[in-house]
Amino acid sequence: MSESGMNTPVLRVEKLRKSFGDEVVLQDITFSVPEHAATVFIGASGSGKSTLLRCINLLEQVDDGTIRLDGEDISAADVNPDEVRKKLGMVFQAFNLFPHMTVLENIILAPTKVQGIGAEEAIAEAFNLLERFGLRDKADQYPDRLSGGQQQRVAIIRSLSRHPRLLLLDEITSALDPVLVNEVLSTVRELKVEGMTMIIATHEMGFAKQVANEVCFLHKGKILEWGPPEEILETPRLAQTRDFINRVHDAGRL
Amino acid sequence: MSDNRGRGTGDNSSSAPYDFGGAWQPSEIEIARRIARKNRNRKNALIAALSSLLVLGTLLVVLVTSPGWITLRDTFFKWAYGFEVLPKIILGFGTNATLTLIAGTSVALFGLLIALIRTSRSPALTPFRFLATIYVDVFRGIPMLLVILLVGFGIPALQLKGVTNNVLILGTIAVIITYSAYVAEVIRSGILTVHPSQRAAARSLGLSHFQTLRHVVLPQALKRVTPPLLNDLVALIKDTGLISILGVTDAIRAAQIQTAKSFNYTPYVMAALVFLAVTIPLTRMTDRMLRNSLERQNAQGQA
Repeated sequence: MSESGMNTPVLRVEKLRKSFGDEVVLQDITFSVPEHAATVFIGASGSGKSTLLRCINLLEQVDDGTIRLDGEDISAADVNPDEVRKKLGMVFQAFNLFPHMTVLENIILAPTKVQGIGAEEAIAEAFNLLERFGLRDKADQYPDRLSGGQQQRVAIIRSLSRHPRLLLLDEITSALDPVLVNEVLSTVRELKVEGMTMIIATHEMGFAKQVANEVCFLHKGKILEWGPPEEILETPRLAQTRDFINRVHDAGRL
Repeated sequence: MSDNRGRGTGDNSSSAPYDFGGAWQPSEIEIARRIARKNRNRKNALIAALSSLLVLGTLLVVLVTSPGWITLRDTFFKWAYGFEVLPKIILGFGTNATLTLIAGTSVALFGLLIALIRTSRSPALTPFRFLATIYVDVFRGIPMLLVILLVGFGIPALQLKGVTNNVLILGTIAVIITYSAYVAEVIRSGILTVHPSQRAAARSLGLSHFQTLRHVVLPQALKRVTPPLLNDLVALIKDTGLISILGVTDAIRAAQIQTAKSFNYTPYVMAALVFLAVTIPLTRMTDRMLRNSLERQNAQGQA
């Protein structure tokens, strides 16, 4: 834990604990995400990945521990969640686009309503992003009309439109078929190249290997093993990690 | 633990199910945070109490210091007299309650039927769809008082054989006709908000058109329109009183009779309280039912 001297990490989570009633879903979670790094969480369904992301986004109140964003304790009692979330982007497994708005309207909603950017500027920026990710011609479509992969890319663009410090990706490809998975993952790869700081929960091991600076294996609410992606994914030390990776491998997703 | 440089393994001991936190003690940070939250909640409660006291207190002071307050109090809030006439008003309210039960049930069924016809696509039902649309257009547009008068006085005037002249029944029919038009539109809007993919999923499971409606579309639709339907039910309870123009004694009519005797308006206030005593618990109960069922259904709805 040698942070002294180094720049403050974008995110620093320390001894985080979260329970729902009697069930402890996260405990003793400690990790940092330096600027431009991508930390990938792997682990079975129910291991606590989504809850962890929801805690960071302040959608859940933690039971113990601290979360620091750029050094500021965002788990403190007097923090305004809206201010914190301005610095965070979140992409959900089920896209969660607003079905009553067009793609463009989805993207410019937060910039115009939250950040107070003028409509013209927001639209110009939205078209820029859409152009970059090859969705320019979908701007006036409603989300329901797009493929799952397109919807998820729009959801990513929507969260990028607010220039987040940190992007939280919660199993963003779990609802997609393999062909569509690739278009979404290459979008994320592109973001990684551009230096976006990210926390990614995923089952895509190959993808994890490509983008992760660090992989953490979450098991029953604890980080059991962590380290560089090749080492965790290829030479895991713990039986539980091996088990999990083998099971994913058997499922044909490595 | 994990600090991004290098690798490591964590506590590997508990391969058993979740430990249930028996040994866990909140850290100092957490304890401080809880105290801060508690203080903030206490502060918020205090602000709420003070602001309520200030606003309500001001209103009360304005009311009781107004020049006509004493006269108003004696004419509208003569509680002793009010309780004296209360039994008669409650008796009259029996009419409202009975009519609400009968009309409410009929309206629910008839309104649902109209809504189903209007949302159906079957070519065979085209004339019915047409008629249902006209029905809704007409009876939603005519003031209910007129419908009551037309049905209540018009039908007996036709002197048809075998048709009742009982104003209570005719009045109820008029209420049913009008309210069904409203309720049909509310239910129809609910049906239209259910996503087509739900229908597709149900049909591809082999459910028939009717089964899809019954088991998939309607349960979702009705849940969504419960609040507006409750609105209509509360309005219905009050509007059943309108048939008193045909000579039926309901709670308002009973209060009116008492007022006419004494020139004191307290019976009206009592009638209002009787209506509130029914509608407020009804609203709260439905709200709670709806909230519970949504909470069961939606994971992670909060934020």
